[in-house]
Amino acid sequence: MTISDQTLERMRELASRYPQPRSALLPMLHLVQSVDGEVTTDGINACAEVLGISPAEVTGVSTFYTMYKRKPVGEHHIGVCVNTLCGLLGGDAVYDALSERLGVGHNEPTADGKFSLERIECQAACTHAPVMTVDWEFIDDVTPAAAVDVVDRLERGEQVLSTRGPAIRTFQATEHTLAFPDDGLAGEGTSVDDKMLAGLRYAKEHNMSAPAHGQEA
Amino acid sequence: MTLTPVITEHWDAPDLYTIEGYRRFGGYRALESALKQDPDAIITTIKDSGLRGRGGAGFPTGLKWSFVPQNDGKQHYLVVNADESEPGACKDIPIMMANPHALVEGVIISSFAIRANHAFIYIRGEVPNALRKVANAVAEARRAGYLGTNVLGSGFDIDIVVHAGAGAYICGEETALLDSLEGFRGQPRLKPPFPAVAGLYASPTVINNVETICNIPYIIDRGLDWFRQFGTEKSPGFKVWAVSGHVNNPGIFEAPLGITMRQLLEYAGGVRGGGNVKFWLPGGSSVPLLTAEHLDLPLTYEEMAAAGTMLGTGTPMIFDDTVSVVKAVTRWLEFYKHESCGKCTPCREGTYWITGMLETFEHGHGRESDLELLVSACNQIAGRSFCALGDAAATPYPAALKYFRDEFVAATHTPVDDTFDPVASYIHAGAAAR
Amino acid sequence: MTENTTTEIVPTVSVTIDGVALQVPKGTLAIRAAEMIGVEIPRFCDHPLLEPVAACRACLIEVEGMPKPQPACAQVVGEGMTIRTQQSSEVAKDAQEGVMEFLLINHPLDCPVCDKGGECPLQNQAMSAGRGESRFEGEKRTFDKPINVSAQILLDRERCVSCARCTRFADQIAGDPMIELLERGAQQQVGTASDEPFDSYFSGNTVQICPVGALTSAAYRFRSRPFDLVSVPTTCEHCASGCSLRTDYRRGVVTRRLAWDSPEVNEEWNCDKGRFAFAYLAEGRITTPLVREDGELRPASWPEAIDVAARGLAAAGSRTGVLTGGRLTQEDAYGYAKFARAVLGTDSIDFRARATSPEETQFLRAAVAGAPIGVTYTALEQAPFVLLVGFEPEDESPIVFLRLRKARTRVVSVGAVATRGLDKMGGELLAALPGQEAAALRDLPADIRAALEQPGAVILAGERIAASAGAPSAVSTLAASTGAALAWVPRRAGERGALDAGALAGLLPGGRPLIDAQARAQVAAIWGIDTAALPGLPGLSGDDLLTSASRVGLSALLVAGVDPVDLPDPALALRAVDTAAFVVALDHHHSAVTERADVVLPVALVTEKSGTFLDWEGRPRPFGQVFKDALTMSDATVLGMIASAIGTSAGAWDVNGIRRELTALGPWQGARAVVPGVQPQAAAGAGFRLASWRELLDAGVLQEGEPFLAATARPSAAIVSAAAAARLGSPATVTVTGPAGSVTLPLEVGAVLDDVVFVPMHSSECSIYRDLGARIGTAVDVTAGGAA
Ligand SMILES: Cc1cc2nc3c(=O)[nH]c(=O)nc-3n(C[C@H](O)[C@H](O)[C@H](O)COP(=O)(O)O)c2cc1C
Ligand code: SF4
Ligand code: FES
Repeated sequence: MTISDQTLERMRELASRYPQPRSALLPMLHLVQSVDGEVTTDGINACAEVLGISPAEVTGVSTFYTMYKRKPVGEHHIGVCVNTLCGLLGGDAVYDALSERLGVGHNEPTADGKFSLERIECQAACTHAPVMTVDWEFIDDVTPAAAVDVVDRLERGEQVLSTRGPAIRTFQATEHTLAFPDDGLAGEGTSVDDKMLAGLRYAKEHNMSAPAHGQEA
Repeated sequence: MTLTPVITEHWDAPDLYTIEGYRRFGGYRALESALKQDPDAIITTIKDSGLRGRGGAGFPTGLKWSFVPQNDGKQHYLVVNADESEPGACKDIPIMMANPHALVEGVIISSFAIRANHAFIYIRGEVPNALRKVANAVAEARRAGYLGTNVLGSGFDIDIVVHAGAGAYICGEETALLDSLEGFRGQPRLKPPFPAVAGLYASPTVINNVETICNIPYIIDRGLDWFRQFGTEKSPGFKVWAVSGHVNNPGIFEAPLGITMRQLLEYAGGVRGGGNVKFWLPGGSSVPLLTAEHLDLPLTYEEMAAAGTMLGTGTPMIFDDTVSVVKAVTRWLEFYKHESCGKCTPCREGTYWITGMLETFEHGHGRESDLELLVSACNQIAGRSFCALGDAAATPYPAALKYFRDEFVAATHTPVDDTFDPVASYIHAGAAAR
Repeated sequence: MTENTTTEIVPTVSVTIDGVALQVPKGTLAIRAAEMIGVEIPRFCDHPLLEPVAACRACLIEVEGMPKPQPACAQVVGEGMTIRTQQSSEVAKDAQEGVMEFLLINHPLDCPVCDKGGECPLQNQAMSAGRGESRFEGEKRTFDKPINVSAQILLDRERCVSCARCTRFADQIAGDPMIELLERGAQQQVGTASDEPFDSYFSGNTVQICPVGALTSAAYRFRSRPFDLVSVPTTCEHCASGCSLRTDYRRGVVTRRLAWDSPEVNEEWNCDKGRFAFAYLAEGRITTPLVREDGELRPASWPEAIDVAARGLAAAGSRTGVLTGGRLTQEDAYGYAKFARAVLGTDSIDFRARATSPEETQFLRAAVAGAPIGVTYTALEQAPFVLLVGFEPEDESPIVFLRLRKARTRVVSVGAVATRGLDKMGGELLAALPGQEAAALRDLPADIRAALEQPGAVILAGERIAASAGAPSAVSTLAASTGAALAWVPRRAGERGALDAGALAGLLPGGRPLIDAQARAQVAAIWGIDTAALPGLPGLSGDDLLTSASRVGLSALLVAGVDPVDLPDPALALRAVDTAAFVVALDHHHSAVTERADVVLPVALVTEKSGTFLDWEGRPRPFGQVFKDALTMSDATVLGMIASAIGTSAGAWDVNGIRRELTALGPWQGARAVVPGVQPQAAAGAGFRLASWRELLDAGVLQEGEPFLAATARPSAAIVSAAAAARLGSPATVTVTGPAGSVTLPLEVGAVLDDVVFVPMHSSECSIYRDLGARIGTAVDVTAGGAA
């Protein structure tokens, strides 16, 4: 049994947040991934038991969403956006470079279990294209060389900062955040970068502003 | 038209994401005044403001709120759609990372107006940094007494749950989002009943986009007249435009509705390398693409509709001459195929078929007869699928064919990568060489 | 209570479909409204008994004023609506053809080897509503084929059209969401959890409603082509739910059974036992009459066997006991009732091959026999409250279970186990130790009593009240004092018919008291015999016959289809058969009784005769003969031959003649026996109380020869409460010991009262009467681990 009593307790805690417990299923499956590194059969059965639904229902849900993995991912799970904008602006090259560097393809872990790679869809970061994610934290505006460098540094155990977010932790740590989002890291790293400030800076430089209250034309 | 930072006005303040930072710039002032008003009066204000939903469809927000039956003795719910997964859409995530309290304040005021005591913010799971910022803001607001029971002594109770999705574009569709939030597979629901009558847990529910809700505190704080001076009669207000693609300075630009793409391009530093706009999309991959001839159209719901496209999420993507439209469209269709929920036949099977055909073009062995077959297959999806995802999937190809037929014809004999060197479209020069 | 026949005025709306104006009831869906004018709109996900999903989009139609084509299966007809189907709208036709084309792009072209070929909605509708040629030339999606979703049900995923009928059935109707849609998009597929198969009692229905050949049954897969089959409407012989079935056969062998449409009874569903348990029909038949000679049974001619039987029975006369089992048609049971009284002059007859009591006998005489149809399925659906006593619907009458589930009625079960079935009905348990139901009913909480006082409230009493002292009395009194309607739900298909036919001591046909002069006269007249020839006093019940066989000088037994293992004391029963001087057995299969009989007469199976089962409602469920050229004779016909050999003909012995007699007699209108007044009895002994019943799928003889079905049965286990399990040290297995022996079973924790252990009554692993010598309510020992 990989699901400890403590995890079961946390599952119940999640369930109690919602007017109807089943609403907690998605966070609960994230919690399963945070302890098991994937959605395990034990995890499915534990969710089913806590919510009083069938394991098949949990399986149906867990297989619908791409973030739930049916086989182990790496300690660090790397995503490269290959949707039109990122892909054509360089994401394809980034993916190829990482695939070569890691020796794995889409949704495959490296033999040492350190990394896994995934071709991912649009991450709502097109302004920062091409983007990759490590454990779902952004590494924006990346080049193939920069992407490989991220892997190299992680492999050496060096700290790698997300370009918008805290330092990279692990796949399982992020999955825990997805279950319990108030993870105390909101103040870590930068979240607002040059691209997010592009308009504001332009406006300031050119003395543009919204009319203030009571200033309407 | 000038830039008008409102939601983005203080993004350069490093502590804006905290409650102190937010309050320093007048945050939660709107809440205090809202709680002294009659909820119905707030609904009327929002109705009169003409605010239209920023999630893509542009539905009038106040009208949506007014559909919620009042005094029905039922729980009401507010659900914020923060699933932002549409290719090209990248405005809600930045808003949540930079200014999460605007969202939280907006949620409290909106919940008060529609008489909801529970609100949910459904954030796509792939963006933990937005999630933790919002969760932190909610926790701070709770400690400050803006959430919980008897908010600021008003007698109003409200709680917010920050909820992570798990990777499914369809969950941005509002009824699929509700199913997902109830712990089911995120497949859209049959309508009627509409969410305003029977939504979350079969109770009256309002679903609004992040940016929509972030407008609320500003409208309440600064008033109708202030708000309506931005934009046009039918598209009032300002918009957080996220400009991406082959521009020198991609990023977030806040300006009134009605600004043109040409002006936005100028603020974004123009097309990279002084090149040309080959095609662009006003708001996500689900709206028909436009070309350089459309750069001077005002970006409003009505003008975009007149030009045969849609404003969508208001997050323009710009592609220059280096891009193969065949490749771009194929990639989008691969996305729709991957994201089709599987519930309805046209979307599930249609995206499978169309994508397969487009891939033959990308590899240079499309058949000329397939050009029309593709149109026919798109027509068999559009208007016949269960939800708008199918309609969206049927959109890119016909628009691309209309303006770039030659490229598809060329792709019947030449792989697109031979015609368009992929490296040329990379944003970082020489990126392929490491 | 009687069937609700109030004709409410249903409001209607006017609609025009393809130019035809019509009125339809408000709320009608466009797809059904179109059917009313003979227009068949294509459909896959639509099913009249499932909630609309509008997923497949095959049924798109044009509705005036709506910009897009609408799914007819979800479009409620509104007043003044103008609808155009494929018959009159190019838009609708084009939309339907488009969807059909999409459905076929990934569908394999394996109709020639597919079970559904020839009766496939996809195949048929592709012909009628599709374009001739597919324009798809890509690569079709493939899956590993086929996968087992259970031992019985197989799934070919590439054939699936994602209509979700099967998963919606499992969830909405059966309450067994063990199959689900998995994955998404083009990869969407039906499947189960990795470690829980689709072991639903109702799984076979999914095969039937699958509109393609995606779901098939192991029992039928590749067995036949639909156009080679002959189909006959029949009634299920397995239980008293009374399902209409369709029996398909080829070259004299039944190849499959389907649920048939019977809106008032089984709607369009049945259970897996009814669907799959028919292998017994083809195997191990007794082919010729047998007579015992020098201690050995040997084949004999019919005239010889009839002659031997007639002489032996005539000699025993009124000292004959007649045991008919619970599986006869009403006509055959009537044959025995008449044969016993008119030919042998004995009233010692009993149809109950199970635990019984004198109290139950009196209850049946007073409250059930010959009563008109009272509580119906419809009444259950409309009831505000239903109280279950000694009755586990999912196991003991599955269609009652489905109807209670459908109705979402408040259900309270008086018993010791809060079962999975009860949970699925949203029911609550009112605790009563096994055998102590009467006390619980006496001390009923006020809210339940009040619930029973609501108009339409129902008490359903199962066959197990018989062995619970005071329970038959208590349910009768409770019904009388609250005004609730009372229905008795026997388990076997033939019980209610046999009771009404008079196959119970003290009762003549139609519920007539044997001792009532008018009743006797009516029956004697129909039988054409002297009233005085009828036995004067009630005879012995089956129990008494067996326990006192030697003491009362019983000299002959006439037995039809009784398996001694079903009786509370199998050994005693066999001794009684052994001690009886002369035993005649009528059966189609060998049993412990036929082995011991002096004469064995082979009789027809349900497929070889026509007849009637009365379901628990008392509703006649007549059925026709499947194999018209069968040479076998029904029980009644054989009894008629013996009767004429004895020299008493006593009216008709053929099915039609018997029906005429039954009709002529009609139900008894006179005074009835009074309901029993037995008081609750305190439990004796210490230890765990045994709770038990017959599970739907178990070691019953009619389920023989169907291993795939057996593999979906619930695994046998001893089920105790969590507290009790902890006290036992939560071992993997426990040994349950009764007066006659022990069984070792896996231990399972369940919602069982403390101090109660549930053990299946007659599974392949254990049989409580045979192995434990225990009855329901008996104190048994439960110890950790295997038998030392
Ligand atoms: C496939 C699909 C995806 C969508 N994704 C989003 C989304 O990520 N965020 C969003 O706000 N609206 C999305 N929408 C639109 C929503 O269904 C809905 O119209 C919107 O959330 C309403 O909010 P608004 O009125 O504030 O715009 C999507 C619609 C479809 C059909
Ligand atoms: S298996 Fe059959 S019934 Fe089930 S979804 Fe597929 S086609 Fe429909
Ligand atoms: S997106 Fe799933 S069916 Fe339309």
